[in-house]
Amino acid sequence: MTGLPLLSLAIWLPIVGGLLVLATGSDRNAGLARLLALAVAVAGFLVTLPLYAGFDAGTSAMQFGELREWIPRFNVHYRLGVDGISVLFILLNSFITPLVVLAGWKVIEEKVAQYMAAFLIMSGLMNGIFAALDAMLFYVFFEASLIPMYLIIGVWGGPNRVYAAFKFFLYTLLGSLLMLVALIWLFFQSGGSFNLLDWHAMPIPLEAQKLLFFAFLAAFAVKVPMWPVHTWLPDAHVEAPTGGSVVLAAIMLKLGAYGFLRFSLPIAPDASRELAWLMIALSLIAVVYIGFVALVQADMKKLIAYSSISHMGFVTLGFFIFNSLGVEGALVQMISHGFVSGAMFLCVGVLYDRVHSRQIADYGGVVNTMPKFAALFVFFAMANSGLPATSGFVGEFMVILGAVKHDFWIGAAAATTLILGAAYTLWMVKRVVYGATANHHVAELSDIGAREFVVLGLLALCVLGMGLYPFPFTEVMHASVDNLLKHVAVPKF
Amino acid sequence: MINFAMPDLYPASAEIFLLIMACAVLLIDLVSGGRRWLCYLLAQLSLAGCFGITFFTLDGQAVTTFSNMFVDDLFADLLKLALYPAVAMTLVYGRSYLAARNLDRGEFYVLVLFATLGMMVMISASHFVSLYLGIELLALSMYALVAIDRDSARATEAAMKYFVLGAMASGLLLYGMSMVYGAVGSLEIAEIGQRVALGGGNKTVLVFGLVFVVAGLAFKLGVVPFHMWVPDVYHGAPTAVTLLLGSAPKLAALAIVLRMLVTGLAELAEHWQVMLMILAALSIALGNLAAIAQTNLKRMLAYSAISHMGFMLLGVLAGIVGGDPRFALNAYTSATFYAIAYVLMSLGGFGMILLLSRTGFEAENIEDFKGLNKRSPWFAGIMLMLMFSMAGVPFFVGFFAKFLVLQAVVAAGHLWLAVFAVMFSLVGAFYYLRVVKVMYFDAPTDSAPIEAPRDMRYLLSANGIAVALLGLLPAGVLEYSMWASYAFLIGQ
Repeated sequence: MTGLPLLSLAIWLPIVGGLLVLATGSDRNAGLARLLALAVAVAGFLVTLPLYAGFDAGTSAMQFGELREWIPRFNVHYRLGVDGISVLFILLNSFITPLVVLAGWKVIEEKVAQYMAAFLIMSGLMNGIFAALDAMLFYVFFEASLIPMYLIIGVWGGPNRVYAAFKFFLYTLLGSLLMLVALIWLFFQSGGSFNLLDWHAMPIPLEAQKLLFFAFLAAFAVKVPMWPVHTWLPDAHVEAPTGGSVVLAAIMLKLGAYGFLRFSLPIAPDASRELAWLMIALSLIAVVYIGFVALVQADMKKLIAYSSISHMGFVTLGFFIFNSLGVEGALVQMISHGFVSGAMFLCVGVLYDRVHSRQIADYGGVVNTMPKFAALFVFFAMANSGLPATSGFVGEFMVILGAVKHDFWIGAAAATTLILGAAYTLWMVKRVVYGATANHHVAELSDIGAREFVVLGLLALCVLGMGLYPFPFTEVMHASVDNLLKHVAVPKF
Repeated sequence: MINFAMPDLYPASAEIFLLIMACAVLLIDLVSGGRRWLCYLLAQLSLAGCFGITFFTLDGQAVTTFSNMFVDDLFADLLKLALYPAVAMTLVYGRSYLAARNLDRGEFYVLVLFATLGMMVMISASHFVSLYLGIELLALSMYALVAIDRDSARATEAAMKYFVLGAMASGLLLYGMSMVYGAVGSLEIAEIGQRVALGGGNKTVLVFGLVFVVAGLAFKLGVVPFHMWVPDVYHGAPTAVTLLLGSAPKLAALAIVLRMLVTGLAELAEHWQVMLMILAALSIALGNLAAIAQTNLKRMLAYSAISHMGFMLLGVLAGIVGGDPRFALNAYTSATFYAIAYVLMSLGGFGMILLLSRTGFEAENIEDFKGLNKRSPWFAGIMLMLMFSMAGVPFFVGFFAKFLVLQAVVAAGHLWLAVFAVMFSLVGAFYYLRVVKVMYFDAPTDSAPIEAPRDMRYLLSANGIAVALLGLLPAGVLEYSMWASYAFLIGQ
């Protein structure tokens, strides 16, 4: 392994790069800001590649560890490390960032430097969330990542952006503040440690575990988002600029799910088992009910937002059936959803940039004028509805198998997503892409250019590759997931 | 015959120096013939001199003088070392504002120096009489400062209100002190602590006195329900005076709260803890809720000050658990850290109002910050950091201040108080976010260039960056606060 602090690089390179982009200043230097941002984003992705290449899939231990003193008086450390669960998200995040930069290349004409910087800084902060092994460090990154997103939605968003930005910020802050109290409580309970791994091993009485579980649930359920605290997401997605929606769907939602795996399950395993029925119920409501809600949306972004909630319901379902198929399937689903939902939002962005409408009713027959785009859009739609040979299928299938193993009827209820997902996605595609050219706006559409093609093409490759050969992904997470499940199975009070 | 011994003046050398300098500025102003920069320069030099004296006489020993009325310990020194820069920054930020309104007269600087002297005496007071003297010196200077713009009806009204309520608070405090004296027979704070610990004094009388003492302190701190003067005075005073009022005195207030309640009346902790808990909870709730309704930034920051003082009191009350001072160090450290962090943020916040104000225009409405990101991305960024810091969002220093206080509160076993406090900081986040919203999401209505002098721009930038840097690396300030509260605890 190299001596470079790779995780620190993955965190601070985009942040420092973002500050540099910010320093290019006014829009007179917009070109420079764009190029610099792309360079930083690509470099940020390149430094994460050795994380995968050098990753030892045979162990569940934390790798690439870094440890520095931060606030010695309170035993708060700058403690980083990744295992098979977190490493993939750092890669995913760093992969999405250059695509987001490219997606905003032409569309963003105002305050370009600030736009690019916000995304880069957010990317670094989110890497920090996935890499942090100290609870305070995690929390600090977790909350700080709200700031750039708040600005992205509020500055470059749609007409109702102010409402959406506030709703996003306050909703997520509400949850994380409760978690902060829980973290402080754990600090004293553990005799003065913020080390997550210490907390994992620490015995806690069941009653306390339950309170902790709910405190964590408040933070993570909002972030996932789970029904019934999901209402901020459609607003945020609809108002956010395309890049914001992509990052929100592809990475930010994963933070909540990741939090369950890093905090709720290992710290409060008994409460997790006891309250699994609740989580499964909420997840199934998300899968089925939100699936129906998605069906009736007239706004494409809203539809995909609801589809995201429904898919994330699958993820939480996978976590709380406590078998390796379920958890691994959920993780695969998270990564796949990162690609697919990101791509779907990019596709809507492509249409919106041209027509300035997200209403399904304003389109029809797009295939006639944008054949290349239509092909990709249909492909991603298929992946979104879980077609075999796409990444969307792998995760859903694994979770359904795991759920059936747990309880047949839960599996059966979860499987309805295959029908509902196909229904709302394909129906939207049918209305937007196929049919006769609907109006003169559609007739004047120009097909995607090279830049857009590269962005969507790369994502399509990922979706297809992961669908055909998911082994490189599952291989990495296997040892860590097994270890987690073993840990959860043992009572700790 | 009267046995007269010269008191040891050495421990109070900084105070004596400042007193001489303040008198000198007063005289020089008379003969300076309108060279106003001279008074400004002398005031800054006085503060720098005080800093030097305190810094170079710094040692770990607690020395008392003036018949045990004045103590020079590390706690006092460290707080004073934070106090001088805060006052000096006030002078830098306020200078062009005052000049534009023809308020930068010699008196202003003299009064600021006397107010500083008052705060220093408060910090070093080890006796009820010297403590009261310090409070009154600060308060009388501040009354005059609030009214320094004598043609402004608003300022005069604010000064009147401040004076009447402040005098009443002083009365309450004095009455409480006299009750304590009546019960214990001493005015010396450490002596009171010892006598009460040994069972001296009638408990009923003591608690009766305590109620008045706490009420008086609460008035001075501006916590609910003794907060009524805060918004009006913050709003009515010239912004440069609000800046002074809302920053450095919080350090002195923390010192007297700790000295009176912890050193003097620790035995009654179970009583004053309940009082502080109610005061803190009400302040956090009402401060944050009322701030939402404000359209005037100065009023908003006033209500935010109320809630911040409530938070600071949480740190104070968490020190003693069931008579056991086991958690005292962490708790008083958190309160000290909070005070220092708050002073820094408050300076920046009011500094921004001063920055955007110009001749004949007060940028005191939230609306006046509209589109600041277009006008000056740099200062919009500074204000953004200040606002998020006040809201308690990481990586800014305000987050760690809140975190340390919450930690102390949880350690003391008040888990629900911590939950209550974080829920209201969520409410608080809303109005700080609104300022950010106005700066970033709205289009500018005012396109006048920012014409603040260079020293102010640099200092304000440094102030904002400090809020971020101390948030990234809070360990230094934490150590500083910890030394201070450690010195306070061993000095008891």
